[in-house]
Amino acid sequence: MMGNGSMDMSEATDEEIATVRRRQPLLDRQYVRRALPWLVIALFFLMWEVAVRTFAIPEFVLPAPSAIFAAGWEWRAAILDNAWQTLFTTVVGFAIAIVFGVLAGVAVGSSTLVYDSFYPALIGFNSIPKVAIVPILVIWFGIGTVPAVITAFLISFFPILVNVATGIATLEPELRDVLRALGASRRQVIMKVGLPRAMPYFFASLKIAMTVAFIGSIVSETVAANKGIGHLMLVASSRFEVPLAFAALLVTGVMGVGMYVIAGAFERRMTGWSVRGIEGVGLIPQG
Amino acid sequence: MQPKFVEVDRVWLRYGHDNGTLALRSTTLAVERGEFIAVVGPSGCGKSSLMKVVTGLCPVTAGTVKVEGKAVTAPLTCVGMAFQNPTLLPWRSTLANVMLPLEIVRPHSSRLRRNRAAYEAKTRELLALVGLEGFERSFPWQLSGGMQQRTQLCRALIHEPSLLMLDEPFGALDMFTREDLWVSLQDLWMARRPTVILVTHDLREAAFLADRVLVMSARPGRILAERKIDLPRPRTHEMIFSAESAAIVHELRGHIGASRVAA
Repeated sequence: MMGNGSMDMSEATDEEIATVRRRQPLLDRQYVRRALPWLVIALFFLMWEVAVRTFAIPEFVLPAPSAIFAAGWEWRAAILDNAWQTLFTTVVGFAIAIVFGVLAGVAVGSSTLVYDSFYPALIGFNSIPKVAIVPILVIWFGIGTVPAVITAFLISFFPILVNVATGIATLEPELRDVLRALGASRRQVIMKVGLPRAMPYFFASLKIAMTVAFIGSIVSETVAANKGIGHLMLVASSRFEVPLAFAALLVTGVMGVGMYVIAGAFERRMTGWSVRGIEGVGLIPQG
Repeated sequence: MQPKFVEVDRVWLRYGHDNGTLALRSTTLAVERGEFIAVVGPSGCGKSSLMKVVTGLCPVTAGTVKVEGKAVTAPLTCVGMAFQNPTLLPWRSTLANVMLPLEIVRPHSSRLRRNRAAYEAKTRELLALVGLEGFERSFPWQLSGGMQQRTQLCRALIHEPSLLMLDEPFGALDMFTREDLWVSLQDLWMARRPTVILVTHDLREAAFLADRVLVMSARPGRILAERKIDLPRPRTHEMIFSAESAAIVHELRGHIGASRVAA
């Protein structure tokens, strides 16, 4: 009796599992997930707007989002022009950083000799605040595009180098033995295993490097330029056009997110094997 | 007298400098061409060091190592190796993982591009031999531990090396998978007849697979005893639990027990 009863029960349950779909909770649905980041941003601006109005904060201290958007629209030509300049210097500096970062990363990661001799100097160099270098760059190259490109390069070069080097240097010793016992040359080990293995590290570093490259070029523009978002912000705040300064900040943020998304898309395409279906955890760079 | 395929003559190995760990102490052994030997011993006895010395990955401190009559002074090329950790490349499919040695070892590396289809067919054949038919396009993370180990064995054999070095290749697998893989490995060996040096701490594995078992002492390692295994081939699952196998395992266990007391 008992046996029979439980048999029936389990059959019914199997069928139920097969046919009855459970309702998905609201927060798990795809379109809700997509909308959430926008919702958070909208809510943030809303609270900001309400706070500014309630406490009657003067515009030159903290402008309301509505004022910022208005200023952004009013000055759209200037903002676009300067944002383009910043985007250009950042991308050029970043591209140079990728080339040199990967080359240096391979050299540092694949040779303990290079690692031991260059690493301390590189760390020392990386700890120098890049803003301190800008005046020197101005002496050498004058104000404008070149110092901004170089600052963007200098600041984003190191994370790429370190990550590529780590990816190559952490090759499993057994795998190295397998390859050496096949008679693989050092170049073959790097090309077949080292570089592909370093790709997830490389793309993780791109996301960081991309955002710090913006910091580099904007810092340089703030100190020594007559064009660019940094310059625009400097001019705006010196004229107490605080909403405009904030609008410029906002545009920088949007550009940063845009580049981050592009780097992330590349990462998913190139190194899907390292993610295995689990959404990668984004790194939030500090700068 | 004809020279043996592998000759290790009174080899000492010390890691680092004068006061580094002494891994091998006057170790001597010889392996015939096409022979399957197993080296057993307590953990940390220098079994893996012995492998590194034979393949030339680690230069000896004293003594000589000869393979095919030639002294080994640099890493040998064209050796197949497999480890406990599958070390497959996660961005390559099973097929591409197994074909990796063909991209490196001469003369295959220069012929691969023109004869890719033929090489692929050969790789598929080898995969089928270990029961991996239909998994050629799968990636390592889609395979079970046992399947990854089978893939690794294929990778170690695809370029038809004359010497196959196996360092506890089944150490991380469950008992059932392990026994299946013993049979697979025996099939591969009987089909290709490479010289095999298998390092293991599983005495039943050694007794099942090897022609000859060498027992190593605790570190610093040296060969304590040698036992020829005359069980007929192909050996079957049933033989793992036969009285003869049990007697051999018991005898080997005795040697290792003695070595631990001595240490």
